[in-house]
Amino acid sequence: MAERLEVRKTYKLYMGGQFVRSESGRSYAAEGFNVPRASRKDLRDSVRAARAAFPGWSARTAMNRGQILYRIAEMLEGRRAQFLSLLGGGRPAGRQVDAAIATWVWYAGLTDKVAQLAGTVNPVAGPYFNFTIPEPTGVVGMVAPEEPPLLGLVARLAPALCGGNAVVALASEPLPLAALTLAEVLATGDLPPGVVNLLSGRRAELLPWLASHMDVNALDAGACTDPELAAVEEAAAGNLKRVVRQREVQPSPQAVTALMEFKTVWHPIGV
Amino acid sequence: MALAKRPTTDLTTQTPFQYEAAPEAVDHVRIAGSYDLFIGGRFVAPHSRKRFATVNPATEETLAQVAEADEVDVDHAVKAAANAFRSWSRLDPGRRARYIFRLSRLIQERARELAVVETMDGGKPIKESRDVDIPLAAAHFFYYAGWADKLEWAVPNRRLRPLGVAGQVIPWNFPLLMLAWKVAPALATGNTVVLKPAETTPLTAMLFAEICQQAELPPGVVNVVTGAGQTGSMVVGHPEVRKVAFTGSTEVGKLIRRQVAGRGKRLTLELGGKAANIVFEDAPLDQAVEGVVNGIYFNQGHVCCAGSRLLVQESILEPLLQKLKVRLGTLRVGDPLDKNTDVGAINSKQQLEKIEGLVESGIEEGAEVYQPPCELPARGYWFRPTLFTGVAQSHRIAREEIFGPVLSVLSFRTPEEAVEKANNTPYGLSAGVWTDKGSRILWMAERMRAGVVWANTYNRFDPTSPFGGYKESGFGREGGLHGLLPYLDVD
Repeated sequence: MAERLEVRKTYKLYMGGQFVRSESGRSYAAEGFNVPRASRKDLRDSVRAARAAFPGWSARTAMNRGQILYRIAEMLEGRRAQFLSLLGGGRPAGRQVDAAIATWVWYAGLTDKVAQLAGTVNPVAGPYFNFTIPEPTGVVGMVAPEEPPLLGLVARLAPALCGGNAVVALASEPLPLAALTLAEVLATGDLPPGVVNLLSGRRAELLPWLASHMDVNALDAGACTDPELAAVEEAAAGNLKRVVRQREVQPSPQAVTALMEFKTVWHPIGV
Repeated sequence: MALAKRPTTDLTTQTPFQYEAAPEAVDHVRIAGSYDLFIGGRFVAPHSRKRFATVNPATEETLAQVAEADEVDVDHAVKAAANAFRSWSRLDPGRRARYIFRLSRLIQERARELAVVETMDGGKPIKESRDVDIPLAAAHFFYYAGWADKLEWAVPNRRLRPLGVAGQVIPWNFPLLMLAWKVAPALATGNTVVLKPAETTPLTAMLFAEICQQAELPPGVVNVVTGAGQTGSMVVGHPEVRKVAFTGSTEVGKLIRRQVAGRGKRLTLELGGKAANIVFEDAPLDQAVEGVVNGIYFNQGHVCCAGSRLLVQESILEPLLQKLKVRLGTLRVGDPLDKNTDVGAINSKQQLEKIEGLVESGIEEGAEVYQPPCELPARGYWFRPTLFTGVAQSHRIAREEIFGPVLSVLSFRTPEEAVEKANNTPYGLSAGVWTDKGSRILWMAERMRAGVVWANTYNRFDPTSPFGGYKESGFGREGGLHGLLPYLDVD
């Protein structure tokens, strides 16, 4: 009997809820595969998709967002074996996948607590009711670190989504497969199309456009090198996008509020 | 019998009463001929040997000569702040609190003097400096003094550390209040300060320097270096400044963002605005008119969160405009030191020219201008309260921050259209909503991409209430618990 012939997968970008090749038709070799090399236009299209998805996603109730983040954890759990093999197997891979699942679960339980932890009622000196609530910043750009390719991305993605942002993320350049496969998890996790857009390609080529894009509100530059950060901060001045540098830390409410705005509302009290 | 048609008398504009002049006393105020820099707890002559004049915009008379700090002066100030940081950041928090409480009390004790100097140096009506700026500045210090020994409850379960020397550059529209917004949270969190006041309004900052001496604040904890934009840029760029806080125009904010890119400094920016003040047909119109007037003519419109775009629901556009025009006629424009004055002097000649230029563009682009008849003093910088109707969203007066007493009126039909128009700006500092319907207030508040939403009120400020922008109005919050965070490293 002939040996079973494997069906190979073509890895694609994840934009606007769809799996697509780069419009440029380019690819680069990584982890033994031809991986799409996203272009400036792919990046711009991703920002448009994220912007279009933002109003709906940010208007979801916190409870609903929590449900979806939890379902992402469920989908990842179901593909645990696949990710283990993608990440090379063994204990470190196991720890990384398990931490990624735990991260989704942790933030799934945080969505409806952010406003209670970070919001305030302010006792102003006058007859006014005054409160401050966190709101999502909008479209967030982010750069995944080269390693760990799955957890490094999830640790940034989950808090951004927890706060209600839409995201355009650049996958690890040498190790993009985990991120591109995570897109399949997101797509089956009930996440609305466009809320997360994942691009593989050359960071040096894409990052300047992400940093200078006028419709990106914030950038998580935690994985950037110091020279990259300087260039990002300079380019970000064009529309004063927030540049945050999420460190590799345990999940925290601060990781969520770093990508949020605070809105204060006043109303008089009277009869 | 047919009812006789009664002539409507406009009591507000045709009042038989004349206002007598009611000038605030100035005999208790001493302004020195010249002011030095405040570095390391002492007043020192500038290394630059240069001085510049600060002028009373209502009279065009020079009030004092003020030192212009150069690179060497700024370096001395930052070094003094860095030295002071070592002990100030380790000081028992309860003691730190007491120093800041002292500052608050001293501002209250010298409140009238500060109010008069603020008005002479900046041109704002005495009733505003007396009733808004100075009391709020004192309240701000009092509020943050109380935080100094309670920081571990502000961000539970995290390790908090002060940043170091904060370089703070403040504007001329609320000189002492902006000083308070910057200095109070910086000191409460254990940082030390190099402050650069605006070049047209440095005097209350120099009085505050005296207050720091009176409070026996340890030398170097607060340093004041006066000068123009160049001095500010030196403060911002100094390598030992770990934290930069700026309030001013979006244009300069972007320059600062670029200047400190990659330098590892923490940055907060409180920048310009083009706020929409939205009036629905069910709003109490007379209250709304008061709110609209307060929104744009308060402090001559020199307010970053001014309600400079009035969005009126079409069905009430005419009656609202009529009431607004009548109300404009009652605004008393003139001597800022007069206790009856509503609209004072424009802060500087340069700002006056900017306002004039933008108003001219409004007329050229086809909007219809209205100004109430009022006499303006012969000397000084003045601009009549101005209102534009027939404004399109594309007009410069609907897009650019004028920072003067100029209101652009637009209309809308549906709440969705109001949201669309209100958010159609790169700014996002504030918004106003006027309606009797509670659910609509919250619906609108949710949709405004702005850091502060005033519903059925406008231009309210409080030390407990966080303030700051979305989008190109900057980032970071000042005031409240949230105002502590830009001055702390959270591990």
